[in-house]
Amino acid sequence: MVDVILAGGTVLTGEGIQETDIRIADGRIAEIGPGLTGDETIDCTGYWVGPGLVDLHAHFREPGLEWKEDIATGSRAAAAGGYTAVVVMPNTDPVTDSGHVARYVATRGDEVGLVDVIPAGAVTKGRAGHELAHLDELWAAGVRVFSDDGDVVGDAGLLRRAMDYLAARGGVISQHAVDVGLSRGGHMHEGSVSSLLGMYGIPAAADDVIIGRDLRLVEMTGAGYHVQHLSTAGGVAMIAEAKAKGLPVTAEVTPHHLAFDHHAAAGTDPVYKMMPPLRSTEDRDALRQGLEDGTIDVVGTDHAPHAEHEEEVPWEQAPNGVIGLEWAAAVVNTFAGLDQEAFFDRLSIAPARIGQIADQGLVPTVGDVANLMAFDPTTEWTPESTVSKARNSPYFGMVLRGKPMVTIHRGVVTARDGVSERGGTAA
Amino acid sequence: MNHFLTIEGLSKEDLDGLLDDADEFVEVLHRPIPKVPALRGKTVATMFFEASTRTKMSFEKAAKALSADTMSFSPGTSSLSKGESLKDTVLTIKAMGTDAMVVRHQSTGAPWRIAEWIDQPVLNGGDGAHQHPTQALLDSLTIRQHFGSLDGLKIGIVGDIRHSRVARSDAQAFATLGADVTMVAPRTLLPVDPSVFPAEVTEDLDDVIGDLDVVYVLRVQAERGGASVFPSLSEYTARYGVTKERFARLNPDTIVLHPGPMNRGVEIEGAVADDPRALILDQVFNGVAVRMAVLFRLLGGEHDG
Repeated sequence: MVDVILAGGTVLTGEGIQETDIRIADGRIAEIGPGLTGDETIDCTGYWVGPGLVDLHAHFREPGLEWKEDIATGSRAAAAGGYTAVVVMPNTDPVTDSGHVARYVATRGDEVGLVDVIPAGAVTKGRAGHELAHLDELWAAGVRVFSDDGDVVGDAGLLRRAMDYLAARGGVISQHAVDVGLSRGGHMHEGSVSSLLGMYGIPAAADDVIIGRDLRLVEMTGAGYHVQHLSTAGGVAMIAEAKAKGLPVTAEVTPHHLAFDHHAAAGTDPVYKMMPPLRSTEDRDALRQGLEDGTIDVVGTDHAPHAEHEEEVPWEQAPNGVIGLEWAAAVVNTFAGLDQEAFFDRLSIAPARIGQIADQGLVPTVGDVANLMAFDPTTEWTPESTVSKARNSPYFGMVLRGKPMVTIHRGVVTARDGVSERGGTAA
Repeated sequence: MNHFLTIEGLSKEDLDGLLDDADEFVEVLHRPIPKVPALRGKTVATMFFEASTRTKMSFEKAAKALSADTMSFSPGTSSLSKGESLKDTVLTIKAMGTDAMVVRHQSTGAPWRIAEWIDQPVLNGGDGAHQHPTQALLDSLTIRQHFGSLDGLKIGIVGDIRHSRVARSDAQAFATLGADVTMVAPRTLLPVDPSVFPAEVTEDLDDVIGDLDVVYVLRVQAERGGASVFPSLSEYTARYGVTKERFARLNPDTIVLHPGPMNRGVEIEGAVADDPRALILDQVFNGVAVRMAVLFRLLGGEHDG
């Protein structure tokens, strides 16, 4: 293995931000300091250098839904976006509700070898919301984040039992906080745009009533609780209040909820159909503010690939979600005002801490496993292609500021200039 | 004009121009041979993915009165029931040789999607609860014929506005043509944010009914699951039905319109529907004329010399 030097970057270190070099050898950070030399030098002048990005929320669709994406193509997209670890949601086929499926996902991720692929486990069997999944098996297979994502854990009694069961171990429940009754029949944010379009909406209260209810259960059980894809100003306020009380609560926002509001849905282009939906301008601004002030702990991409033919339908028939791993860092940098420390905190350090992911999200330190990325915060560019199988992205043709320039996973360069280095093997 | 998809964004001049053309086609339709050769050799496909009788037949009559050929599509007997996608269905029928497509679909925005897929005019025959622009034209024409102009008229749209593409299109067209529009419905049948429409809003029909020049009665859409949005049909009729008693309180010049199909005894009492001041069959007749105007505008260019 050759020595790689990341030269002249603005590096996040234990002693603050420094303009310096990093030498990577044998998969680890060998040296941090000025004037280093090695076999290959990558000029990082002007780039933010820090830990590789960590996504707490993506969909790689394997096993079972490989026409949308697979672990190889998802990993390539992640590497291209500066990521070195991705937690993948359990809404696969079969559902990741047992140790066997969780182990398959992790093993397949290791075979591809571009990022750490870490399975999240379902809270309930088959994500059906009736009985607890094999939580012990999942835990033994390395699962630390539990979610029925795509569906809310709607039964408060069942959620309470899951929280009680996981609290002592230290697992975290990651809730898709959208109430079933309030969202029934809805396809977009309930407001002016849905009124004009004559479409049933999903009110902001659909998210807020679940978050409010769940926070009471967190008080009861002491379990770690993470709100996925927070979308409302009310949710941001409740999270801030819960944190002030000292509850073990964290929250996530997606790049698209930072970038857009429900006016993007006015043309009924299904690429803007999300769950939770793109909400009001006030909600979007509260999310930006919440991410900036730290009320919202992390950016989770909710990378949600769908095949092209699945998007060639009217809005109401279209699936929810967008792909986003390749552009998440750029979108956050474009639409939220994060400095270098906050950027790496929200996109790497905090998600790795919440997900309890070893060797990830660490301030670069000599001797550590080299999971690193370099980000050019000023360059402007326009995404035109993707390495994902899917193309459901609203960012094509949009000018973004900031670009992932180098990704290093376990000492190996996995992407340069937003393009993944190694193809990965076909699934 | 490449397509005819929505009333939103059309100016008073746009609407008046189409209504002026429609007036001429009304004259054509009154001739002994109610037909002109304007669209000879053109083919209009009526693609009604949601069931409809009157709108589909009205478009077909309009196309034939312009000497166009027509092809029709009904979802129940189509390859859609064999799993064919909307896009493939549309491309397949276009490949048979169409010049324009009239689209009705239960999903908001479907005609816009189809317009992205084919390079020929698309006419919106009703999408979801969103738009039904030719209905707005025929309603505007009926009112204009009766009063000479919509300017300054007080028009009340009464009933299930939330689920009504007619209400949305009509409110926009009537207001653009200078009328004062009031939406009358219980809150569960109003759009969640009615402020996006150029209309006043009230829940009390009896409070406004004496001031109206036009009472536009919407159909109660029982298939929308009435029970979940109002307690019972009888309660609806008591508060919002245009009964003989309410009809008696209208100004003597006030007219009643309804887009059909009617639920007699629910939103409109039979005797009101049959009164000469209920211009419901005039609306139907005018529907053919306005659809001729729109088809001619979209397809008639090269014959218009």
